[in-house]
Amino acid sequence: MEVMMSIVCGILFMAATYLMLSKSLLRIIIGTGLLSHGAHLLILTMGGLKGGAAPLLGEKAKSYVDPLPQALILTAIVISFGVTAFMLVLAYRSYQELGTDNMDHMRGTDSHE
Amino acid sequence: MSNNLVMMPLIFPLIGGILLIFFNKKPIVQRILSVIFSIAALTASSILVWTVHKNGIQIVEIGGWAPPYGITFVADMYASLLVLTTSIIGLTGVLYSFRTVGKAREYFFYYPAVQFLLTGVTGAFLTGDIFNLFVFFEVLLMASYVLMVLGGTKRQLRESIKYIAVNIFSSALFVITVAFLYAVTGTLNMADLSVKISENGQSGLLTVIAILFLIVFGMKGAIFPLYFWMPGSYQAPPAAVSALFGALLTKVGVYAITRVYTLIFIHDKAFTHGILAWLAALTILFGVIGAIAYWDVKKIVIYNIITAVGVILFGVAVANPAGIEGSIYYLLHDMIIKGALFFLAGIMISITGTSNLKKMGGLIQHYPLAGWMFFLSAIALAGIPPLSGFIGKLKVIQGGFEAGEYAISLVVLLSSLLVLYSVMKIFINGFWGEEKPINGNPSVKGMVYPAVILVALSAAFGLGTEFIAPFITQASETLLDPSIYIEAVLKEQ
Repeated sequence: MEVMMSIVCGILFMAATYLMLSKSLLRIIIGTGLLSHGAHLLILTMGGLKGGAAPLLGEKAKSYVDPLPQALILTAIVISFGVTAFMLVLAYRSYQELGTDNMDHMRGTDSHE
Repeated sequence: MSNNLVMMPLIFPLIGGILLIFFNKKPIVQRILSVIFSIAALTASSILVWTVHKNGIQIVEIGGWAPPYGITFVADMYASLLVLTTSIIGLTGVLYSFRTVGKAREYFFYYPAVQFLLTGVTGAFLTGDIFNLFVFFEVLLMASYVLMVLGGTKRQLRESIKYIAVNIFSSALFVITVAFLYAVTGTLNMADLSVKISENGQSGLLTVIAILFLIVFGMKGAIFPLYFWMPGSYQAPPAAVSALFGALLTKVGVYAITRVYTLIFIHDKAFTHGILAWLAALTILFGVIGAIAYWDVKKIVIYNIITAVGVILFGVAVANPAGIEGSIYYLLHDMIIKGALFFLAGIMISITGTSNLKKMGGLIQHYPLAGWMFFLSAIALAGIPPLSGFIGKLKVIQGGFEAGEYAISLVVLLSSLLVLYSVMKIFINGFWGEEKPINGNPSVKGMVYPAVILVALSAAFGLGTEFIAPFITQASETLLDPSIYIEAVLKEQ
């Protein structure tokens, strides 16, 4: 199971890298979204995908799942949603202001404002 | 033994930020509240430094869960000194903002964003757990995104997109690295990590993780191959924001590298610290090259941040008492003086309306105070003895020679001259020389005094080294001997 999940993470990272290297801003944002999803999946996998009861200590199950990776993912997901939402708004505003979503046209040098 | 005082420097800006959101249409109220909360944070962090000095490392266990299971905040001397400096920069930054950021920004949550930035920076310094370090990084990054884009000029939007893209990538890499670290060690508490790694040895896998952390924090702290995003993005926002970024944000990355490389990954120094030393040398070189290449006031100061990061990390890389002490001295000095330099660069820009040095000159005729303040901060930056930069650089170089890193120590020495040249270029071309016409003589009364405060502090820091030395020594002892930190965090189980 862990091996399969690692491969899925790898595929997500691959797709994310491909998208983030493209010129269109929207694709870059989708790429960063996929990248953080891959990272979250990786946390879950790295914590070990063992079976077991929910981590409620009073219930006397034979084994418990590790609750920590889930807590970490919950935090990381909220953060990445927030950042993605912010970046989408920023992309929209900059499309209005700069009139392009092509990264090639957003190069900045000292000579032109 | 939890001491809630540890949380105070963090709580004040947090509550301040939340409260300020409700007053976004009343700039005067916002200004007053910002100052009140900044002073409260400053007081709390001063008391924290004093308490840590008297009673040793203070920790707080959130919700009463003992480490390594719960979340802990740890205030050792290193972190507390940085928190104190952060609140000083926060206060002066807020004072400087009154005259410089403009009405439009004040109406759109400028002051709350500043307070949240301070919350994030303080939290990152104080946390004792590597995942919470990530969370506080995100808090400060989110605030910095807002501050960078606020105002919405074309240039700000363009640079913000790059800044955010780079930071999202490095945050994802941070999460990935944390996942690997958790898989290998099964813990995320820094003290516990240190114990676990010294028990089981630092395997090759852990060395890889150490380098991944170097990449993640290096991207935030702008070390050599990863500083490419910085000059553009720090140049776009107004000077008050650049000052906060330059003085605080990169230093958080530097702090994180220092913490991780003195507490956790300390068993394969020849490899990890060797790489760090060479990266520091290259950072210094490329920083000074950038600083002498440009004719733009802000760019020169920004490239000087990169140089300073190199000097600080070289002190960490040599990892002997002199090197670590020097790096702490230099870190505190650099936070203060970079704030002052950005404030003064902002004054020059607001007087002349340009940041191009070739288009200004003779400012000292009408603005003698600003001119001499700039001169003082320039020589402090280069490390001329009575001011604050000297002792730090001296100790870093001493540590470098003791560790046998002659080549890199010479690079640090040589860089001082080039840094001096780069800032003197601003002074000579901007303040001296032929007077260039300016539209009227705009008043800079309210803008100079935050810089005066910082320059005075820098002078006090340099002249009062005798007084500060015990604090720095205490901070370096903790960094040199991780068992002090571990003992304080994990003692009573």
